[in-house]
Amino acid sequence: MSLYVTELRRLAKRRLTRLLLVLLVLGLAGIATAFAFSSHKLSPAVVAEAQAKSDADYQRAVKDWERSVAECDAAAARGEKTEERYGPDCGRQWQPQPEMFDPKWNLPYQFDFRGEFGIFIAVFAGAVALFAFLVGASFVGAEWSTGGMMNLLLWRPKRLAVLGTKLAAVLTALLGVSVVLGALWTLAFWLIGTYRGSTAKVTSGVWQSTAISGVRALALVLVVGAVAFALASLGRHTAMALGAAVGVGVISEIGIRLAVTMAGVRFGERYVLSTYALAWFEKQWKLIDYRSCDFVQGQCNPKEMLVTWQDSALVLGLGSALVLVVAFWTMRRRDIS
Amino acid sequence: MSAVLEIEGLRKTYRSRRRGVRHALDGFDMRVEAGQVHGFLGPNGSGKTTTLRTLLGLIRPNGGRMVILGHEVPHALPAVAGQVGAIVESPQFFPHFTARDTLSLLAGAGQLPGRRVDEVLELVGLRDRAGERVKTYSLGMKQRLAVASALLKNPKLLILDEPANGLDPGGIREMRTLMRDLSAAGMTVVLSSHILGEIQLICDSVTIISLGRRVAYGPVEQVLAEHSQSSVRIRLEAVTDLPQAADVLTRAGVRVAAEPDHLMLAGVDKPAAVSRLLAEHGLYVSELAPVAVDLESVFLELTATAPVPGQHRQVDQSTKVGEPGSGGTGGGWGA
Repeated sequence: MSLYVTELRRLAKRRLTRLLLVLLVLGLAGIATAFAFSSHKLSPAVVAEAQAKSDADYQRAVKDWERSVAECDAAAARGEKTEERYGPDCGRQWQPQPEMFDPKWNLPYQFDFRGEFGIFIAVFAGAVALFAFLVGASFVGAEWSTGGMMNLLLWRPKRLAVLGTKLAAVLTALLGVSVVLGALWTLAFWLIGTYRGSTAKVTSGVWQSTAISGVRALALVLVVGAVAFALASLGRHTAMALGAAVGVGVISEIGIRLAVTMAGVRFGERYVLSTYALAWFEKQWKLIDYRSCDFVQGQCNPKEMLVTWQDSALVLGLGSALVLVVAFWTMRRRDIS
Repeated sequence: MSAVLEIEGLRKTYRSRRRGVRHALDGFDMRVEAGQVHGFLGPNGSGKTTTLRTLLGLIRPNGGRMVILGHEVPHALPAVAGQVGAIVESPQFFPHFTARDTLSLLAGAGQLPGRRVDEVLELVGLRDRAGERVKTYSLGMKQRLAVASALLKNPKLLILDEPANGLDPGGIREMRTLMRDLSAAGMTVVLSSHILGEIQLICDSVTIISLGRRVAYGPVEQVLAEHSQSSVRIRLEAVTDLPQAADVLTRAGVRVAAEPDHLMLAGVDKPAAVSRLLAEHGLYVSELAPVAVDLESVFLELTATAPVPGQHRQVDQSTKVGEPGSGGTGGGWGA
């Protein structure tokens, strides 16, 4: 049996891996189930019911308006001032129109696969990325803190090969879990769309776009898993990765955001990590500098800066590669005691 | 006899901006012959575990040469790792795995057949508890598991750091028998331990280390003989004559240590001469007995770690060979 297969077995045997996988599946299933219940198929009967309610609302509004106008006319005939209470000409110009009572407003929520599944890919990616972070970090972190890594190195005294094999095993497992759960997730929302929503206008182009978003989500999951693995290996403890994640989160999302705002840096959000995560998912993310507006001259056309998914790939890729290189270099150089 | 393990001039230095320089290994030498059970002794902090970790590629040395089974390590460690079984310091395993899982994963990493797992579990007496999680094991059971993991490869060289730690008396005896059996089967065993009585019983040869340097080595009998110093205990018919006898012997060039009811003499080649000398001064001996030394007393003498009433010896206070005043040189950070 090769070291790679052994590491896959070790990962699968870990209690935390199993527990997190169960929680992930339950969480995703819970979201899909809750969503299935909140979405309602718009059958002709439901549409007709909404139309009827809309018509009734319109008729009620017309009657209220007519009564109001009649009251106003009566008050005017008595010589009372009416303009303040009923408006000019007793509010005749405010007669309700049928288009003001759109039947859509009375329709229940219906999930539209074509328009909304993209958001659910992001939700899925977020949940699986969190799973990847915890599994990636704890897989190697626990090995270091329990002495398992030292034991393994007594058997396989090739440090880089051992760490690389462990990383390959955890990434393979994450890839497998992501692909299988991603397929189930897509199937679940397709079924929700089919039976309790809409799958209209889902062309091959939509599927292609969905697939590309899925690949981007998958890449993000693998990058998060690899970075968590590298951080835990650097600190030789799972907590190191968790601490680094919290630290980066606080520094990037709060510290840098505050600093660039106070310093008046234009497009300061380009220095914040989450901008690149958003651009990665949305294909591009627009940063707007409202201070460039001159409101005195009327309409404002603020300056814009576009962060593309290619920029994100560069920033996130270089950052991840740097952490991995340092982790492997440290593995090669540092004493194990 | 061919050497399975050779270490020459091994050095490992730790540098710290705050605490200065510490030489954990300072030109350490060691040689273990094939088929022997070799004891590796030293006080706490003397460099035993650093030596073993360096030998096994876990720590980078700053200098020196190490050879295992004819291969220079750490360069050739991947080539010989399959023939070296080792446990270093306290056994550490993933607490939520069973003993069988733990060994099975190691066997997988070493590309060994699964049946070997059952063989070593039987060998160390864990067969019936193999399905339980390691976190439920006692220290002694973890120690057995550690030995099992080291034996899994059926190695030519077995390195065990404190294998009897946490074992009950029966377990210690079983471990002793196991070491003997393994040695008889041709396996070379390096045993690091503080239970010197066990070492004396099990080992064919020993190396004693103190502050990173070798202070004694060779077959156990040879080390004992070299450091017995011909000690003799004498008692007189009248205890009140002991001070006078001590004076006579001291003037004759014998090193004398006075005890309440007897004298201990060192450096005595011929005990009969002592009896004659005292008789010439009207002092009559009632008991004259050569004192046999054991490994513990030799160890304490060589490493200068014998307890002294009223003093609290610090971890790095032991003998450093090759330096003046070697009886209790202070080491440690900044040394």
